[in-house]
Amino acid sequence: MKADIRIALVGNPNTGKSTLFNVLTGLNQKIGNFPGVTVDKKIGYSSLPDGRSAEVIDLPGTYSLYPKSHDESIVFSVLADRSNDHNPDLVVIILDATNLKRNLLLYTQVADLKIPVIVALNMMDMAKKADLTIDVDGFAKKLGVPVIPVSARKVEGIDKLKEAIAFSNKIAFQPDSIDVGSIAPQLIAAVQKEIGIDNPYYALQLAHQHETLAFLTPGQNEAIETLEKEFAFHSQKAQGAETIARYNFINDLLYDTVTKSVTAEDETTSNRIDKILTHKVFGFVIFFAILMFIFQSIFAWSEYPMSLISDGFVWAQSTLHHYLPAGPLTNLLVDGVVAGLSGVMVFIPQIAILFAFISILEDTGYMSRVTFMMDKIMRKVGLNGKSVVPLIGGFACAVPSIMSTRTIENWKDRMITIMVTPLITCSARLPVYTLLISLVVPNKSVWWIFNMQGLALTAMYLFSLVSAVVVAWVMKYILKSRERGYFIMELPVYRMPRWGNVLHSMYDRSKAFVLQAGKVIIAVSVILWVMASYGPGKGFDQIDQKYKQAQYQKAAPDSLQRMIASDKLENSYAGVLGHAIEPVIRPLGFDWKIGIALITSFAAREVFVGTMATIYSVNGDADNIQSVKQKMGSAKNEQTGQPVFTLAVAMSLMMFYAFAMQCASTVAVVYRETKNWRWPAAQFAYMTVLAYVASFVTYHLLK
Amino acid sequence: MKLSQLKVGERGTVKEFTDLEMSVKLMEMGCLPGEEIRVERIAPLGDPIAINVAGYQLSLRKREASTIILM
Repeated sequence: MKADIRIALVGNPNTGKSTLFNVLTGLNQKIGNFPGVTVDKKIGYSSLPDGRSAEVIDLPGTYSLYPKSHDESIVFSVLADRSNDHNPDLVVIILDATNLKRNLLLYTQVADLKIPVIVALNMMDMAKKADLTIDVDGFAKKLGVPVIPVSARKVEGIDKLKEAIAFSNKIAFQPDSIDVGSIAPQLIAAVQKEIGIDNPYYALQLAHQHETLAFLTPGQNEAIETLEKEFAFHSQKAQGAETIARYNFINDLLYDTVTKSVTAEDETTSNRIDKILTHKVFGFVIFFAILMFIFQSIFAWSEYPMSLISDGFVWAQSTLHHYLPAGPLTNLLVDGVVAGLSGVMVFIPQIAILFAFISILEDTGYMSRVTFMMDKIMRKVGLNGKSVVPLIGGFACAVPSIMSTRTIENWKDRMITIMVTPLITCSARLPVYTLLISLVVPNKSVWWIFNMQGLALTAMYLFSLVSAVVVAWVMKYILKSRERGYFIMELPVYRMPRWGNVLHSMYDRSKAFVLQAGKVIIAVSVILWVMASYGPGKGFDQIDQKYKQAQYQKAAPDSLQRMIASDKLENSYAGVLGHAIEPVIRPLGFDWKIGIALITSFAAREVFVGTMATIYSVNGDADNIQSVKQKMGSAKNEQTGQPVFTLAVAMSLMMFYAFAMQCASTVAVVYRETKNWRWPAAQFAYMTVLAYVASFVTYHLLK
Repeated sequence: MKLSQLKVGERGTVKEFTDLEMSVKLMEMGCLPGEEIRVERIAPLGDPIAINVAGYQLSLRKREASTIILM
């Protein structure tokens, strides 16, 4: 879509910027990525009163053009780089009317870049409630730009804002807010001359940020570096001086235009809520209750839609098999691609539910309180207060949880959280654990109330949490941080969640997952399907021939099919690979049959049960766990005649599933979130090593 | 007197900072010399703290609060 005018939305976090974006663009949005960073690029289209269309880009919320995180660095790059695809013709800057002072800092910075600006003064209704009187006309006159009072939540003033956008100037008229030149006069003049730009503030920003700006050529970069040395430029001191000058300007401005009627300092509602929600005892009780509720909901509410989705795909597969001509191409399409698609779609309910909750937690302002309360504990192990939600979400599924780590601003904290989240016992491990535990742990009660099998399962869950914390603590010392860890965070006032935003977030996240991680998952699914359905040489033909012999024709068609399937799996590439890795996994107590299951489990852990069913020729899937269990329980080692699944083997196998990264979806989503194959590769490597060591130790202790 | 030494409900006015990098970030957030600060609450585990500054609530760790010198 080609738009007539490009607009960027800029503002502090918690100013209602996303709400305004949603109101302006409706569902007419698309999400992409800024190249090289994991910041979602949200672009939407809006039609203006004069019939023209506007492209609106929602830039990450920031307090200043000097970035504190990778996300925030996008803002200056987009605004400053004329050749950037998203360089705006106009900036709409959103100011929170109840918090003008701090909000205006960013405004003065953007205005001094001399880009045409319109101010959307949001939350005017809240300002009235707080007894703030703002002289909007006086404010606009002083700033020299249009100021439009709006309430994005109540969809008030949006038409006026669109009108103002339609009538906006092509050139900036706002006066300088501060005398930028006085901060570093010689350097600014030299940079202006070197790069060939007029704007002194742009030149000063380049001096500060040139090292991280991709649009400067190496030559320009070096030239600025030399100039900085020549004029003894001290970036932080200059920033400090600039900030003080800007706040002087802001104080003068507000002194004339904003009056707060003097009332006794009554306690705000927000403060009263905080007294309970961050209370020493109730605070934690409420927080854990909320976590439990989210955790339960991801499990319980997603169950029905998930089975609906997988049943739908099973139906589609059988229908396609029925109508399409039989052959390898149909098999590839139906059992490879469609099955892979099913593996992608089945995650949507969990993703949507988790993000509905996260969106509510963020919107209401509760997420910052979680960080506030948990920071001290989580910091000790190298995590962040906000890591709690992904970690607990990991009990349901690592995929949405890893996507949710975006709420963690600190790069190192976020990476550690991503690295350890897949260690948490996810729901796909549950069928594996249930099967193995029921096989080797007696179904007996201890002390009348505890069931041994239940205890074993609980132990696996707790163990996963402990291992995640330990690994996080180790990584705290391994990972080198590029940014200094600090914790200066706004605690926004409590607000009701905006349900439109909640729906948007559910939709956005699901779509992003399907489009971006989906490709990898389908590819892996196809590869695994090929490996399990084809074998080297003439192995498969010989199997077909063998079962055509008269002695087999007497068997029931069902069991004959199962025997063929089992035989074919053994002779497929997966089976060959299972045999090939046997020497490596023998020290863990595994044979080649388990080896095949380990390989196919890479698509998803729960595939273990199905693979075991095929290998042991049972007509079974996850629903038919009893018959798989019987077969596995009676399986004997061909050489020794001993049972294959002893306590040692089963425990060793559980340890392997506890640590190994056997989930293509997680690998895909980690890549999507880190934008670098090194992270999923490192994660895969460390988890496999841990799995091997843990299994080895377990097997040899119990043998 | 450092900000980290204030108890809940106590006020102070920012005089100066002992850490340049931290001061840049704090000033951007409205925590400037001459600005009045009130400690709103302390996290249940004793750290971080929440302060009221420039009309809103800001949370920061004790170690960070100790770089703010009050008048």
